[in-house]
Amino acid sequence: MAEVRFLNVVKRFSTKSGDVLAVDQVNLEVADGEFLVLLGPSGCGKTTTLRMVAGLETATSGDIFIGSRRVNDLAPGERDIAFVFQFYALYPHLSVRDNIAFPLRAQRISREEVDKRVQDVAQRLKIEHILKRRPNRLPSGEQQRVALGRAMVRQPQVFLMDEPLTNLDASLRADMRVELKHLQHELGTTMLYVTHDQTEAMSMSHRIAVMNLGVLQQVGTPLEIYNHPQTLFVALFIGSPPMNMMTCTLSEGRHLQAKVGNLRLTLSSTHRLLSQEREQNVAFGVRSEDVHIQSADRASDVMGTVLVREPLGDETIYQVDVGGESALLVKALPREVFQPGERVGLTIDPERIHLFEAATGKSLLAAAEKAG
Amino acid sequence: MAATSVPLGTTRRPAIKPGRILIYALLILFLLLFLLPVYMVIITSFKSFQEVDLSRMWQLPVSLNFESFARAWEVLAPNFANSLLLVVPATAISAIIGSLNGYVLAKWRFPGANILFPLMLFGMFIPYQAILIPLVQFLNSVCLVPNADGTCSTSLYGNIFGLILVHVVYGIPITTLIFRNYYTEVPDEMLEAGAIDGSGFWGLYWYIVLPISLPGFVVVIIWQFTQIWNEFLFGVTIAGSSAQPITAALQNLSGSQIVEWNVQMAGAFLTALPTLLVYILLGRFFIRGLLAGSIKG
Repeated sequence: MAEVRFLNVVKRFSTKSGDVLAVDQVNLEVADGEFLVLLGPSGCGKTTTLRMVAGLETATSGDIFIGSRRVNDLAPGERDIAFVFQFYALYPHLSVRDNIAFPLRAQRISREEVDKRVQDVAQRLKIEHILKRRPNRLPSGEQQRVALGRAMVRQPQVFLMDEPLTNLDASLRADMRVELKHLQHELGTTMLYVTHDQTEAMSMSHRIAVMNLGVLQQVGTPLEIYNHPQTLFVALFIGSPPMNMMTCTLSEGRHLQAKVGNLRLTLSSTHRLLSQEREQNVAFGVRSEDVHIQSADRASDVMGTVLVREPLGDETIYQVDVGGESALLVKALPREVFQPGERVGLTIDPERIHLFEAATGKSLLAAAEKAG
Repeated sequence: MAATSVPLGTTRRPAIKPGRILIYALLILFLLLFLLPVYMVIITSFKSFQEVDLSRMWQLPVSLNFESFARAWEVLAPNFANSLLLVVPATAISAIIGSLNGYVLAKWRFPGANILFPLMLFGMFIPYQAILIPLVQFLNSVCLVPNADGTCSTSLYGNIFGLILVHVVYGIPITTLIFRNYYTEVPDEMLEAGAIDGSGFWGLYWYIVLPISLPGFVVVIIWQFTQIWNEFLFGVTIAGSSAQPITAALQNLSGSQIVEWNVQMAGAFLTALPTLLVYILLGRFFIRGLLAGSIKG
């Protein structure tokens, strides 16, 4: 069990078409026993970052620490880590039992101890019944457990996981999410987990580190990331459906006017802005659950016409045309029914808005209150 | 409602296309041409010496006479043993070297790999005849067992060791190629998992790569066995009279005042038998092995 620290880590790849900066100055501390998820779209550098901890890639510059040891120059086998691959990477010529026991072969451990550990792990993962089988005949769910078993049996300081659930079908994925979270909690081992799926990130992690184009965007608990995104990218990436975003002009730090359309809003005084310019271009964001739809005769912040109604059962999502750049997505309770073509009014919860500098994408709101 | 029914006996058979007839005719023709020498060898080898006559050469033997086989075997048996003594070590060694080379080239990137590999392949295209004289000189110059007075009692030339060495070296390009192509299909993640589990360069080869190499070895063994067994030029030049492989001995069998065709044919058949057996037994693995990995499983 150990913490993992990244200090100014950079990874540059040289390809035929030039240099690619895959990881750009990542500074991150993963606490001992923490479940941290590296989240981001494909190509954002999260897998490269993970592989550098494992020793499968060498950092171009910067330091990586596992515990108190600087591991940059250590071989993968010397780092006391375990890795679970997206496609399992099991050894096809060995039985499940031998696959799980393989990592222990390199260490000087007695036969009885090896058997005991394999049995323990197999019991915990409920794969005792397939110990004698060959991995390529097994369904993917069981293969995934064998891969997990192979990682667990080493009792490493850190678990590294590269999108382990991506290959499973949806229902199995949901079950495994719960199991993995449970497992990590029981074992108490530090876990560094890479995924592009925000549901996995939100539901399983203690903290999420969001990355894009090699740059760490924000690190925080799931709710911090959700409620107080620090960059435009994070705001748009997290949340389903995506946050509504409008280009606006902000005057005197209080008055918002959409560049396209009629939306006009006055900010509540509880928001403290980081920049006090008289006029600035901002991206104004509000989540679909923080916009309320009501009939046109009541007072509202902006009027619009319903374009599409998506009844999902537990909620309904409306696409409303407010004359702006794009339609606003609004969540509503199932009993609030509005038909396409109907005139409606929208109110926006003034506490739940997000503002980003149009040029840099950085949040304009002062540091979030540490609630939620 | 009028019912339409087809009267019995008038179902139309699809017409046989003339193109098809032509194809089959050509195939049968080529088949006959190809099998003609095989037919000749087999029937002649079963004939007695008196029966062997130009006027009756296409006719089947009167009875199955194994005498010519016995005679041929009498002459060729020691050389058969020589060939085995040559083929088995040469195939085994070139297969192992090819496997190691393929492993390195496929899985361990190193500077110059892209130049080294094509250079190795060029070795395949060097004709034996072009290097024969310098080769003999070289083998002669390497002394394995020196005499007390400084002369050489045993060099690499004139015995089986030189011949084995030559075939191993000439086999390296093709065995390396086969294994390299086979190993590129092995997922990198499998080796990465092994590395994380504590295996180094040799551990990864021994515990992970080698156990899954069987299809590659089958292809290499079939190829090398056939190539080395059938080879004539080096066999007749380098081995020396005591260590001559069966191909050279067969040639000797044919030279004499009275040509015993039946014995020669029997000899040819005996010489071809091992490679024939190899194909019959392992042939289906050949195609499987060549294609292994080209279809993602």
